[in-house]
Amino acid sequence: MYVAVKGGERAIENAHAWLAEERRGDTDVAELSIVQIREQLSLAVNRVMAEGSLYDPDLAALAIKQARGDLIEAIFLIRAYRTTLPRFGTSKPVETGTMACDRRISATFKDLPGGQVLGPTFDYTHRLLDFKLAAEGDLPEAPMREAQVGEVPHVTEFLNREGLIEEALHDDAPPPDLTREPLEMPAERALRLQALTRADEGFTLGLAYSTQRGYARNHAFVGELRIGSVPVEMHIPELGFAIDIGEVTLTECETVNQFKGSKTEPPQFTRGYGLVFGLNERKAISMALVDRALRWEELGEDNEGAPAQDAEFVLYHADNIQATGFLEHIKLPHYVDFQSELELVRKLRREAGASDVQEAAE
Amino acid sequence: MKDTFDENNPRKAWMGLLAKAPDGRVAKLLDAAIQRPAFTWLRAPEVGSTMVRARMGGTGAPFNLGEITVTRCALMLEAGEIGHAYIQGRRKADAEAAALVDALMQTQAAKLLRASVLEPLEAEMTAAKAVRASKAAATKVDFFTMVRGED
Repeated sequence: MYVAVKGGERAIENAHAWLAEERRGDTDVAELSIVQIREQLSLAVNRVMAEGSLYDPDLAALAIKQARGDLIEAIFLIRAYRTTLPRFGTSKPVETGTMACDRRISATFKDLPGGQVLGPTFDYTHRLLDFKLAAEGDLPEAPMREAQVGEVPHVTEFLNREGLIEEALHDDAPPPDLTREPLEMPAERALRLQALTRADEGFTLGLAYSTQRGYARNHAFVGELRIGSVPVEMHIPELGFAIDIGEVTLTECETVNQFKGSKTEPPQFTRGYGLVFGLNERKAISMALVDRALRWEELGEDNEGAPAQDAEFVLYHADNIQATGFLEHIKLPHYVDFQSELELVRKLRREAGASDVQEAAE
Repeated sequence: MKDTFDENNPRKAWMGLLAKAPDGRVAKLLDAAIQRPAFTWLRAPEVGSTMVRARMGGTGAPFNLGEITVTRCALMLEAGEIGHAYIQGRRKADAEAAALVDALMQTQAAKLLRASVLEPLEAEMTAAKAVRASKAAATKVDFFTMVRGED
């Protein structure tokens, strides 16, 4: 018999007080400020902005501090805050072709207009712990060289000129928004991209890796990877024209994939697209690979039954806030549910025991 | 590009510049240039969001990328000029300063403000961008071909 109980308020209050103390850690060690997190843990900040789906470095830094560095908890805080904001409007689509690039590389063309610009990358580092960072010290200034002026064209445009790659046709139909309407299947590509750009980095990486290992293989080249800032422009009704309201840093990845052709399309290269808030090329490349795998149907490819081809599987499990919410709720009190399970198991055992006795008697 | 003044719509250009200015910078330049005039709020500063869109493949159909925080406000000077601000981030004081500059740019103070707020701001932001571009340029790969040693 289950009896309803109340209580736990004091335990909860005390748990929160202790949490605050543990978050602070040893008070002899200087406290981290929000700006320190924003400036020195910027890739963590970037991830929280991307998966929190809200670009605001100060808020993301605050969330990381509050969450004691648990990035999924921080993303949860950002998502919760996001729902409290009134939406003023929607921007014009950002023009990544005019991006002020910090980094721009292509794995398909060595010599391309604008060149291979490495930017502040971890690539080519030796992945050896740098104990100099453990000691405080001055750092040398990054070298400079005269910059070229002019826009840096997208690599896929070169292939486009020869007609060797599918075109991304301009269109201005307003896209669906999964923050306004629940994600439902079948999901068109615009919806898939919105879900993927805020999807869990680890899950997206795992799925992308699975396509490379042969589950829905679609051999991908990184046609181009670029990181930089673009202005965000929004139409302001009370002014009657659009203005730049800010600037965001984005990571963009375009993959170029082999395609043998189908009933409707000639042999050509096809494209996967990844675009993520902040500086996060692992996520952008993963997103592009998964985007390409999910396009099997529109490209007339075979469904190989691979996880990365299954839009429902991918999109319904990629959101780490939904996932962690459901996963972690099972640790909360389920006394009533469990009590009934307990009764059931006891009853089954009694019945089984009774029949054993009966069988033995026969 | 977008950071230079657009002859066709100077207001669009200055509002964009004010929106992208670093924290506290507009207020500082404004206060150094002029005593703030009296005004009434038409819309007190409020924080909200804007959904940022992008295009598939950079050029294709649009999709929703995610939101940015935005602060907006509107105010009216005593003579009736209306100033608006829409600026990225949660920055009410900066929004107020930006809306004041927007309103004052419609008055006789425009020339003074252009010289003491907009032009310095643009110069600073252009310089900051140039530094980043120069650092990026220094990481550009110069390929060279190794001579094959066959003879």
